[in-house]
Amino acid sequence: MQGMMPGQAPPLVRFAGVQKTYDGEHLVVRNLDLEIRKGEFVTLLGPSGSGKTTTLMMLAGFEVPTGGEIYLEGQPIKHVPPYKRDIGMVFQNYALFPHLTIEENVAFPLSVRKVGKAEMKERVQAALRMIKLEGLARRRPGQLSGGQQQRVALARALVFNPRLVLMDEPLGALDKRLREEMQLEIKQLHEDMGITVVYVTHDQSEALTMSDRIAVFNNGIVQQIDNPHALYENPVNSFVASFVGENNVFSGIAQSIQHGFCEVMLSTGHKLIAKMGNVASVGSATSLSIRPERISIVSGRASVEMPNHLPARILKSIYLGDHALAVLSVPGEGEVVVKIRSDQHDLPADGQTVAIAFRPEDCLALDPVQTNLLAGASGQVGKITLSKSRTKEGSSYNVKI
Amino acid sequence: MKRKLKRAERRRQFRSLALIFPLLAFLCFAFFGPITGMLLRSVEDLEVRRILPNTVAALASWDGRDLPGEKAYAALAGDLSVARANDTVAIASKRLNYSLIGIRTVLASTARKLNALPEAGRAKEVLEKINPAWGDHATWVTIKGASGPFTSFYLLAALDLTHDTDGTIVGVPEEQAIYRDVFLRTFIISFSVTLLCMLLGFPVAYLLAALPPNRSNLLMIFVLLPFWTSLLARTSAWIVLLQTHGVVNDALHWLGIIDQPVRLIYNRFGVYVAMTHILLPFMILPLYSNMKAISPAYMRAAASLGAPPATAFRRVYLPQVLPGVGAGCLLVFILAIGYYITPALVGGGGDQMISYFIALYTTDTANWGLASALGALLLLVTLLLGFAYGKLVLGQQVTGGMKN
Repeated sequence: MQGMMPGQAPPLVRFAGVQKTYDGEHLVVRNLDLEIRKGEFVTLLGPSGSGKTTTLMMLAGFEVPTGGEIYLEGQPIKHVPPYKRDIGMVFQNYALFPHLTIEENVAFPLSVRKVGKAEMKERVQAALRMIKLEGLARRRPGQLSGGQQQRVALARALVFNPRLVLMDEPLGALDKRLREEMQLEIKQLHEDMGITVVYVTHDQSEALTMSDRIAVFNNGIVQQIDNPHALYENPVNSFVASFVGENNVFSGIAQSIQHGFCEVMLSTGHKLIAKMGNVASVGSATSLSIRPERISIVSGRASVEMPNHLPARILKSIYLGDHALAVLSVPGEGEVVVKIRSDQHDLPADGQTVAIAFRPEDCLALDPVQTNLLAGASGQVGKITLSKSRTKEGSSYNVKI
Repeated sequence: MKRKLKRAERRRQFRSLALIFPLLAFLCFAFFGPITGMLLRSVEDLEVRRILPNTVAALASWDGRDLPGEKAYAALAGDLSVARANDTVAIASKRLNYSLIGIRTVLASTARKLNALPEAGRAKEVLEKINPAWGDHATWVTIKGASGPFTSFYLLAALDLTHDTDGTIVGVPEEQAIYRDVFLRTFIISFSVTLLCMLLGFPVAYLLAALPPNRSNLLMIFVLLPFWTSLLARTSAWIVLLQTHGVVNDALHWLGIIDQPVRLIYNRFGVYVAMTHILLPFMILPLYSNMKAISPAYMRAAASLGAPPATAFRRVYLPQVLPGVGAGCLLVFILAIGYYITPALVGGGGDQMISYFIALYTTDTANWGLASALGALLLLVTLLLGFAYGKLVLGQQVTGGMKN
């Protein structure tokens, strides 16, 4: 967690104990405290129903918090209507006005602000140049492709120099290639213009690609706010570990704790050394989280010098071009997925008995996987929770148990 | 190979044709047929031609300046005596009397008094002696004008126009001119009803589109319930409510707002109330389906871009519901200009619309020509409106930018 340093400028946006309920019973957002600094690209990441979109809508002014307060540039804005907030917004379905041309759409926020004709024209031109669509100014939104429409929506949200730009899954309706292109384009715009962006997505790879900081939401609570690297390397709990990036999970009991590492015994009696996460104490249940690319497959008994190794049998290997996946069964732990470089000529043969090994630093001892958390996250409960990238085409190598 | 394909194609076409044949036949029988018949009737003019065939033939070469020659008089005398024997003089005289009031008696008396055919060469003298009107130029012009087979007489009459004796088109005398007023009245009533429907229907449609489904369904039932009730029942209900000692008057009296019953029915007010009530669903339903298709995201987008609610409504919402407003208004207007029962039941003498006169001429006086001409004009207006709508609304129909 990167807290506020003393002496830093006050945050642009501050959520202070914000709560939201729709039915008066269930809190969609519980006690949200979040600060967003000027020029930052912050992503609210989480499964559907986790409260991220509600948070964005409260910031935009379309939902009123049930409790707490939101500050924009130090001013409370809970009761400021959306049209007075000066916050640009990009919607998932673009929401371009179908009866207006591209030009008129982009000019809309300027004309409601009574900007002069000449200046308006100039700024609209500049905005269209920025998204490289000057030639389509006279077209109507229906005549544009999805990607073009999203660029226009972006231009429209930026043209009036808002204090903040919100994006609600803006790339959800685009295909993979276009989405990746747009991710880089939006990132570039953010860096060039120095705008502050709050971005909502359920796609963890999108969040990792674009964000300065990511707030991982689950069940209305921010689980962790961190930069992508810290989020991937040091997830604070098993939900974050499984939601961001791919993950193998072993469950066991913590035996001893020393120097930031703890010894965990699996149900089969194997002992593993893992870095301390949020595991409670000696004797409590824990789940070990290891990324697929940090596990190596070693043959026979060659790996005895590695402290963590388990016997395994190769079920199948999947060739994926830039890398390959091996699915192994580990006695007592079910299946484990290992990512290996595909240029290794000796892809392990199916049915071969091997061992898997990994360094203690790559293995995190976290809270035991809670079924309710995971059910909300992916609808899949099990020891191996792979492929949390919930994109449409995804890099989905789902392994089910 | 090619022939095989063609044969299969033809068989397929034949099958699909057979499927739509019942509907096609029904449409021809119940729709195109009667309309063509009506249009024909509004321009055809066969009565005089049938009853006085020789006269019509004799007048064919007449230049229409002076009185026609002896030959025409002789032909008329012959035709009349045949007609009298067949008892068909009244048919021709009824038609001729539309064009020239009073000619009916001239024809009837002449037929009655013409005991024998006049001698050759003396027909003119004899006829003029029976009735001096046969010496009038106008009498003969009228007969020639009605000799068919086609005439613009009825269509002109429907617009309060007529041919004078010179053949130029002039307005009919003031005391006979009624149809222009009736058309104007029809348009005023229809326009007012359309406006009222729009003002009342717009908020209802908006509410229907905005409410969550369970509540909007309930509201929709309230819209549809009257829609499903018979038109006559609804109109009669308004009579019960609005009459001199009806529910509304009694209630107002009881509340002490009025001392004397207010006249609420058998006048224009009653017509507006009853017609607006009946036509309201035709406004609400197209508006609703239009509004339902407009994503709430547009209004949110407008707000996020800095537009206050009124501006967002005017600049974003309204332009998008315009097709629905157009469709609703046109539907209501077209239905309203053809209204007959409701104004006849709840209106006064000065509130009757064009359909009332069409019905009057069809059923009471059997002046089919004029009834058809009025009907044809009504159809023309409707077609023009439909065409204008097509140009206005469909021409600039927007293709939504929303993907979902």
